[in-house]
Amino acid sequence: MTRISVTVDGATYSDDVEPRMLLVHYLRERLGKTGTVVGCDTSNCGACTVHLDGRSVKSCNVLAVQADGGDITTIEGLEKDGQLHPMQAAFHECHALQCGYCTPGMIMQAIDVLNDNPKPSEEQIRAGLEGNLCRCTGYHNIVRAVQVASGQEAKPASLEGSAS
Amino acid sequence: MTVTEDAPAAAAPEIGRDRRRKEDQRLITGRTRWTDNIQLTGMLHVAMVRSPFAHATITNIDTSQAKAAPNVVAVLTGADLGEGQGVNINAWPITPDQVAPNHVPMPSDRVAFAGETVAVVVARSAAEARDAAELVDVDYEELPAALDLKEAADDKVLAHPDLGTNKSALWVFDSGQAGTGGDVEAAISEARADGIVIEREFRQQRLIPAFMEPRSVVVDPTGEQLTMWSATQIPHILRFALAATTGVPESKIRVIAPDVGGGFGGKLQTTPEEWIVWAVARRLGKPVKYTETRSESLMSGHHGRDQWQKLTLAAKKDGTVTGLKVELLADLGAYVAIVGGGVPVLGAFMFNAIYKFPAYHFACQTVLTNKTWTDAYRGAGRPEATFGIERMMDELAAELGVDPLEVREKNWIKHDEFPFTTVAGLEYDSGNYEAATAKAKEIFGYDALRAEQKQRREADDPVQLGIGVSTFTEMCGLAPSRVLGSLDYGAGGWEHASVRMLATGTVEIVTGTSAHGQGHETAFSQIVADRLGVPFEDVEVLHGDTQVSHRGLDTYGSRSLVVGGEALVRAADKVIEKAKPIAAHLLEASVDDLEFKEGRFGVKGTDKGMAITEVALATFAAHNLPDGTEPSLDSDATYDPINFNFPHGTHLCAVEIDTETGGVKMRKYTCVDDIGNIVNPLIVAGQVHGGLVQGIAQALWEEAVHDESGTLVSASFVDYLVPTAADTISFDVSHNTTASLTNTLGTKGVGEAGTIASTPAVVNAVVDAIRHFGVNDVRMPCTPERIYKAIHAHDGADQGGAPTEGAAAPHFDAQDTADRTEGAGQ
Repeated sequence: MTRISVTVDGATYSDDVEPRMLLVHYLRERLGKTGTVVGCDTSNCGACTVHLDGRSVKSCNVLAVQADGGDITTIEGLEKDGQLHPMQAAFHECHALQCGYCTPGMIMQAIDVLNDNPKPSEEQIRAGLEGNLCRCTGYHNIVRAVQVASGQEAKPASLEGSAS
Repeated sequence: MTVTEDAPAAAAPEIGRDRRRKEDQRLITGRTRWTDNIQLTGMLHVAMVRSPFAHATITNIDTSQAKAAPNVVAVLTGADLGEGQGVNINAWPITPDQVAPNHVPMPSDRVAFAGETVAVVVARSAAEARDAAELVDVDYEELPAALDLKEAADDKVLAHPDLGTNKSALWVFDSGQAGTGGDVEAAISEARADGIVIEREFRQQRLIPAFMEPRSVVVDPTGEQLTMWSATQIPHILRFALAATTGVPESKIRVIAPDVGGGFGGKLQTTPEEWIVWAVARRLGKPVKYTETRSESLMSGHHGRDQWQKLTLAAKKDGTVTGLKVELLADLGAYVAIVGGGVPVLGAFMFNAIYKFPAYHFACQTVLTNKTWTDAYRGAGRPEATFGIERMMDELAAELGVDPLEVREKNWIKHDEFPFTTVAGLEYDSGNYEAATAKAKEIFGYDALRAEQKQRREADDPVQLGIGVSTFTEMCGLAPSRVLGSLDYGAGGWEHASVRMLATGTVEIVTGTSAHGQGHETAFSQIVADRLGVPFEDVEVLHGDTQVSHRGLDTYGSRSLVVGGEALVRAADKVIEKAKPIAAHLLEASVDDLEFKEGRFGVKGTDKGMAITEVALATFAAHNLPDGTEPSLDSDATYDPINFNFPHGTHLCAVEIDTETGGVKMRKYTCVDDIGNIVNPLIVAGQVHGGLVQGIAQALWEEAVHDESGTLVSASFVDYLVPTAADTISFDVSHNTTASLTNTLGTKGVGEAGTIASTPAVVNAVVDAIRHFGVNDVRMPCTPERIYKAIHAHDGADQGGAPTEGAAAPHFDAQDTADRTEGAGQ
């Protein structure tokens, strides 16, 4: 067992963990941060994406001990003062999710894409999300959401007219 | 008790509005309830020990080491669980003499596919269970495995030696015998003598549904009712099957489908894993959880498609079709799954598609092999049929030397010919193929792309343009119970709904459908808001728990809106009927003088009236009701559809093919679908986008590949190519609307349409791009390798029709591995 101390979504936690424990298992099983999910065993799907010290990581590809001393943000820590993060709002507005399983990872990665490049082209958005799989949306509306969140595209015409 | 004096201003109808989804708030903030999130006091975790062999006798299982591992509570084998574990059922024996092996969830004597569970380890944590599973020592005696579908159909090697054959069932429909059309053999003979005969054999490769949430099941045996949470599309059917096969009374079983992360048919199953966890929890008396790994999911969750299609199309010299003969071989895998052989049978009604074939013959032989079982995958039988016929219509057009849309138009049902009874015996209620096609051509820029294609061809451009067409229809909205009965399906096709009027003005609706991404909470709220005239926000949709939703037949087959939505409409109408005499009483008016509009009962010719929510409060108080009135407005309805539902559409796809590499680049994809009246255009567009990509993925990327010993080598997302954002493009999605005549809302299903339509559009485009090289087919998935080989077939290479090779190749070559090993030692 190794002692680690991490900040997750603004709170500090200390725990003894097995050195082999993956960060995603630590978040889910020890901290109850079940908003972050596991979708594969091979770091292909990106469903477990979180931010570690400001950069997106697949938390199935990081050991909990590697995150020692780190500052982690999960999907559960994005909302501030009851306000959705603009990327969360854009996903809702653009219907960029259906079953929602890939959504936490997809949103965390999409934020990272814009952190790197605030005004990406459609091609750059698609390349930036390549490590995150979605089976429901065909990516069409996810790309729209990132465009809307980046302020490059007004609400698309097909999405006009909603009150909610 | 207030009497509303002023009628509220007319609100815009909810139906047709692009409401943002109610479901989203939890999902985008991580407040989710996936089955794997559930933790109960004292919960134990299960890991499965799975067979590495496709077919083998189990000679010994030594569990002693695993039992001694830290925090292991139990290690159990099939012998330990015995008959108490129940069986996994097939609900649709497609013929009375169907041959089907007994499907014990955890067999004790013989395994029939690689990935079958032979033992389970139960431990305090999932990691400890997994560690100890490695310590279970199983001795196998390997048996020859039936792997190749065609060879299996010849009974060369038996998947289940005790059955004596691999042939499970032969299902035949013949229009001559059924009286729905002529004799197909006569049509083919005539065409051979003086017409056109197109004969092709197509491979529908094996696919994996690959929902994003791995399946998970939790069983809590500690209450009076045994509770199962499962990542399932079918909580009601699951409860029924548990009761029917495990000896627990149905009334003692509660099944909950909490948040479910996609299904696409892949969670329309009652699984060995569910049955094993059920048995283990009952035996140990403690809550137990099992969550599969992705590899386990790809290996043991049911697969889809996997057919050989032998098709013969007869036509006159002018291109008028005269007959279609379909001979299918369908791979069931090792067991007959819950729908199993019924999947290809659903295709039997769809090969004739939108065309006026005067004669039709369909025969499907289902075959057992030693591979993962197969069952419904998005479209279930209809994508296979649509692929077959839409490929054939393109081949007919090529033979005639005409535009593929021209030959389709010559043969399709005209808009003024509806209702139309097809050669397969179905009555299509509505549609307009001309209008959808015209609109699609315009949006797509069809003529300009054809001109560019011509120009590239003449210039011998290394990048060739291909244009693919698919004018699909499908049958959905499963299903009229009578029809299911006539096909020997084990249940009905009705759906149930309840509407509860709460005292404080909000409304709870309960549906027997079970959403896993479809947006039922939003769309159903819109329907009820309009029907009862209450605010969208005031409607709460409850589903997915058999204690809340006690009756239902769940979600699959694009049925939720057209069957479940109709049940909801009827339940809401009953509420209004119940409220009416109470409102009349309170308004001191005659029932006949009341009219219900926008949520309010008004007395005709006066400004007197009251809202239905006010009637609900008065009914709750029950102080002043008409004599003999039951103090409740709550109502139920069970709706059995009178017909299937026939969405259609025209899909156009343009691809660029680099003839020097075989690489495919999708340039444009346009579809105009007719799905009847649209409740929520945003949700509809999402269904179409996602459906398109799944169908495109079959055409270009996905395939479940087994090696020569029956091991699934595409058992991870490294090898099974679910497309990414970088592989796909944005789509032009549009609609043409002819209302369905078979339900009140005029809606048609949309969940599967994109997947059904897109696969042939893409393959037709690929073939169209390289047809001038003498190519008339490329086997799916149309990889660059296959396309390159097809182009260079005249060099002696094959036609792009060979099976996938080299899929089991290591990800690093020997040189790389050697370097790494050496490096590790330095």
